[in-house]
Amino acid sequence: MIRLEARAEPSKLMGFAAPVIALLVTLFAGLILFALLGVPVGKAFYAFFIEPLSSTYGLSELGVKAAPLIMIAVALSIGYRANVWNIGAEGQLILGGICGGAVALYFYEVEKWYVLPLMTLAGILGGMFWAAIPALLRTRFNANEILTSLMLTYIAALLLSLLVHGPLRDPDGFNFPESRLFHAAATLPIIFEGTRLHIGALVALLLVVVGWVLLSRTLLGFALKVNGQAPRAGAYAGFTQNRLIWFSLLFCGAAAGCAGLFEVAGPIGQLLPNISPGYGFTAIIVAFLGRLHPVGVVFAGLVMALSYLGGESAQISLNLPVAVTGVFQGMLLFFLLAADVLINYRVVWGRRGTAGRGASL
Amino acid sequence: MFALPILKTARLKKVSLAFAAVLLSLSSVSVNAADPVKVGFVYVGPVGDHGWTYRHDIGRQALEAKFGDKVKTTFVESVPEGADAERVIRKLASDGHDLIFTTSFGYMNPTNKVAKQFPNVKFEHATGYKRADNVSTYSARFYEGRAVIGTMAGMMTKSNIAGYIASFPIPEVVRGINAFTIAMRKVNPDAEVRVVWVNSWYDPGKESDAAKTLIDQGADIITQHTDSPAPLQAAQERGVVGFGQASDVAAFAPDAQLTAIIDDWNQYYIDRTQAVIDGTWESQDVWHGIDSGMVGFADYNASVPDDVKAAADVIKEGIIDGSFHPFQGPINNQAGEEILAEGEVLDDGVLLGMDYYVEGVQGSLPK
Repeated sequence: MIRLEARAEPSKLMGFAAPVIALLVTLFAGLILFALLGVPVGKAFYAFFIEPLSSTYGLSELGVKAAPLIMIAVALSIGYRANVWNIGAEGQLILGGICGGAVALYFYEVEKWYVLPLMTLAGILGGMFWAAIPALLRTRFNANEILTSLMLTYIAALLLSLLVHGPLRDPDGFNFPESRLFHAAATLPIIFEGTRLHIGALVALLLVVVGWVLLSRTLLGFALKVNGQAPRAGAYAGFTQNRLIWFSLLFCGAAAGCAGLFEVAGPIGQLLPNISPGYGFTAIIVAFLGRLHPVGVVFAGLVMALSYLGGESAQISLNLPVAVTGVFQGMLLFFLLAADVLINYRVVWGRRGTAGRGASL
Repeated sequence: MFALPILKTARLKKVSLAFAAVLLSLSSVSVNAADPVKVGFVYVGPVGDHGWTYRHDIGRQALEAKFGDKVKTTFVESVPEGADAERVIRKLASDGHDLIFTTSFGYMNPTNKVAKQFPNVKFEHATGYKRADNVSTYSARFYEGRAVIGTMAGMMTKSNIAGYIASFPIPEVVRGINAFTIAMRKVNPDAEVRVVWVNSWYDPGKESDAAKTLIDQGADIITQHTDSPAPLQAAQERGVVGFGQASDVAAFAPDAQLTAIIDDWNQYYIDRTQAVIDGTWESQDVWHGIDSGMVGFADYNASVPDDVKAAADVIKEGIIDGSFHPFQGPINNQAGEEILAEGEVLDDGVLLGMDYYVEGVQGSLPK
């Protein structure tokens, strides 16, 4: 009989191994899935995981897709460590896109070097403003930030829709809900000519370093972690909880707003009614997949980005339905949560031990 | 494919290389019979939406049925309109597709961006207005279908209220609402149309909720400009009637569907693929209607009275022979002021940018 036995303390090894185990089990389950769909397993595996990475362009696209996920997930991780549950990064991303995009359209006639920095600043401030609302509600009225930040996402999406249907609409666009295309000075520089990999990818990596230093090398990072694990101990130590809440939300708002601006000033190049395929929500998955650790988030972001690219490649070369992508992502999370049990429990074969306080399966 | 002549001088070499380049670029147009023409499709929804995307995929299947081994088709479904679209379109182009159909308005700029990088690949963008030497645009005059179902709605409503579930306030959708309303009020001057915007092309939950709200407000006719059969399923449940959108959804709402406007892209896709095979493909702008078959109809429900069928058929025939236009005067705006005099017809330019409601539509247009 297999039993789960509680560990005396959480296993460090398993903390690292669980995502790897989850990934391997997902791959294995994926192979079964492909076999059931009647697709040659080797070919499917190649289309999903190798083909998207087999060209420079593919690699650059992986960066384009992963950059916003990583930027937002790093910032979310910091908040989640402090028990601040910002679910509304998507809304903060959209506000960043709106504010930065509006600046680009305001300077439509001006092709000067300062347009892009101004846009970035506006994007960051927009995201921070949207995150400040749940921060205020939480610290002032003790309103749950999970609900308020999530609800604000829908308001942000409708606000964007309102603006591109109205004031920000392209005057020469036959009333279609799209802004003008941004001019060259309002679009992000490209890292490699011929690709869409923009400097946002470098900013994402920089943010990873900042996040890591913050969490592991500063008093603020320590305060955030203490607040997450033992708020009362934190209070006795003199850490003001409200300040940590404000910091977590504003930091995340800034990162998400910047990511949103990078989307509209990068690969999109204009404002559309829909500027994000749910990056703010997917980043929550990425944050947990990366163990709320900035470096883990980089790997998680790349894996998640690859799952989208692989899904497209599998559709094109094997005619697999898009649902396979969703199934893959779902399995990965499912197995990760399952594998997490191994951090606090160990698997024991045979009869119940005398010392263990095991939960029988 | 082309043997280069023996080259004697560098200059001649340059000239003949240029010549070969021209030949090669031509050769990619007239495709060798041995290689199948690769045709790619980019869809905004899932192929199983039973609406817009479903009908484009039927068109894709028609290509395979018609050309057999001579074509190879590929599709990518549920591609978000945004940063992802460009990657998907580019991937299809770089994978050797000769002809790529991008089937949603939001793909316009990505399609044109990729088209610049792949001058030998032909692109066809549905419902847009930006063209290039290798980018065509195509759409259908769905408003003609709206005039037909509007006429039926006006004759069959008892509450004089029709509910209209709309996606986004773009000219295409506003035009449909107006065409429906004008036709409905022509046969029933007391009729009004109430619109609910769901801000999505495909969201069965929202579409269904919108239909129920409209029915609760007294609508006994439900019509829609969204892609799922959910509104008609709601109508079926509540015992009211309506019209299918984009495809025949009688299977989902056997009593509720009076008829359906059917998007029929099959012939267009076949013609354009044939043009690529023949090497005669040229960039163009197509806006076809009922006459070409691009806008079709499902069979009338058995519950539709004969006089309603006859009136609907008169509209269809009038549109085909040109004696009737869905936007012919007199047309009033919402304030009741005449905006088009009797005998005049709105031209395509006005129709393509339509951003106002006509008399009989309740509420104001979101802007």
